[in-house]
Amino acid sequence: MVSISGDSRPALWRLARVDYDPVRQRRVLLYPEGAMLLNDTAAEILSLCDGVRTVDDIAGTLGARYDADVRADVLEYLSRLADRELVRDVRS
Amino acid sequence: MSDHRPTTLLAELTHRCPLHCPYCSNPLELVRSRTELTTEEWQRVFTEARALGVLQLGLSGGEPLLRRDLEALVAHAHALGLYQTLVTSAVGLTRERLETLAGGGLEHVQISLQAATPELAERIAGTRSWEQKLRAAGWVKALGLAFTVNVVLHRANLDQLEQILDLAAELGADRVELANTQYYGWALVNRAALLPTRDQLARAEAVVDRKREEYRGRMQLLYVLPDHYEQYPKPCYGGWGAVYLVVSPDGTVLPCHAAGTLPGLDFATVRERSLEWIWRESPGFQAFRGDSWMREPCRSCPRKHVDFGGCRCQAYALTGEAANADPVCTLSPHHGVIVAALAEGEAAAAVEAEAAAPGAESPPTYIYRAMPRAEPQSPLHSTPLG
Repeated sequence: MVSISGDSRPALWRLARVDYDPVRQRRVLLYPEGAMLLNDTAAEILSLCDGVRTVDDIAGTLGARYDADVRADVLEYLSRLADRELVRDVRS
Repeated sequence: MSDHRPTTLLAELTHRCPLHCPYCSNPLELVRSRTELTTEEWQRVFTEARALGVLQLGLSGGEPLLRRDLEALVAHAHALGLYQTLVTSAVGLTRERLETLAGGGLEHVQISLQAATPELAERIAGTRSWEQKLRAAGWVKALGLAFTVNVVLHRANLDQLEQILDLAAELGADRVELANTQYYGWALVNRAALLPTRDQLARAEAVVDRKREEYRGRMQLLYVLPDHYEQYPKPCYGGWGAVYLVVSPDGTVLPCHAAGTLPGLDFATVRERSLEWIWRESPGFQAFRGDSWMREPCRSCPRKHVDFGGCRCQAYALTGEAANADPVCTLSPHHGVIVAALAEGEAAAAVEAEAAAPGAESPPTYIYRAMPRAEPQSPLHSTPLG
């Protein structure tokens, strides 16, 4: 299991990219042999995964944008993607 | 993704292939080259697929490199925004051609490896191909493309799994797909020679677990379970006509590459109908969509939306009825055919082991995949393949 924590610096897998699907009118994560539809929140989280910001930074940015505590959700989502090796913690 | 749109199209551009692998997923009756779709027809298929929601395009075969218009197809699909994977043996590839394909928008290349040593690999493939595969892997890396090594696993190569994975890592693979042989078509013909023993599988699974951790962060390992040894069947592509479609070389559209083996189902071709009509309306795609077609024990099973009753093609091949539960399932009244097949595999492996002792390796006897000879036989076409 991969552990993502508040001070992890997540980055998208080198071979994954976010694209816009005009058919579904949704953003989508594309990678070899896979595609994952993203809701707006997921797409926003991924857009902040630049390998520089920490998970806490990302949660802080989004939390301020929505005026809510989103840290647990961000952590859970990124842990799920990290477990599938779609997101990596560049710190490790 | 449950919006009833397909996400993935596998384009079997041709059934022609320089390899003769005894587990080939192509049908036993291969499509001849003269009935293959034209460049314009394939481009229309890709355009329609994109409009229908397809995001991932697999360019496969046969050997897709044998299509001389591959560059034009890749460029067209790229303009549509499709993520493209070339599924190739690498035989016939040149660096120059790969550069053109990459420049045209190809993002991901899958190269098959048959084993960890050239002797075994070429015996399985039925042709010389080893050196070329290694060279091609170097070009894929040099061009910065995403690179997957895929390996079909069976009795003859399972014991080389660790060396295969180390080789893939050495070649710089980003991913390795390890697919235990699925027994339809050619593989069903060769089942006794391909089925692994339980001991082999247990060892292989331990190797996968260990190597997955060793290579984590560098190389992804995907391991497709050997369904004959599982308690429940696999959810074939998320269910019939749910997210996946295959277009055969002659334009026949199928819910999976083996579906053409099912009797009584009329699968339309893109020469007759639009892809959208085929996907949404055609009787072939409707046949096993959802769960209303299910019989017992599937109908009342709490797992029916987990595995969708397993594989229709396997149910037909092994029980004679496509609507039966996949006999891999231990709840299937036909599960005995799987038990018998496994016993047959163990027995064949034991015979092989005995013949091999002491020292000498005894190759399994395969029935190799081959194209039927063109007829009438002219002197120009009388050279056997391979």
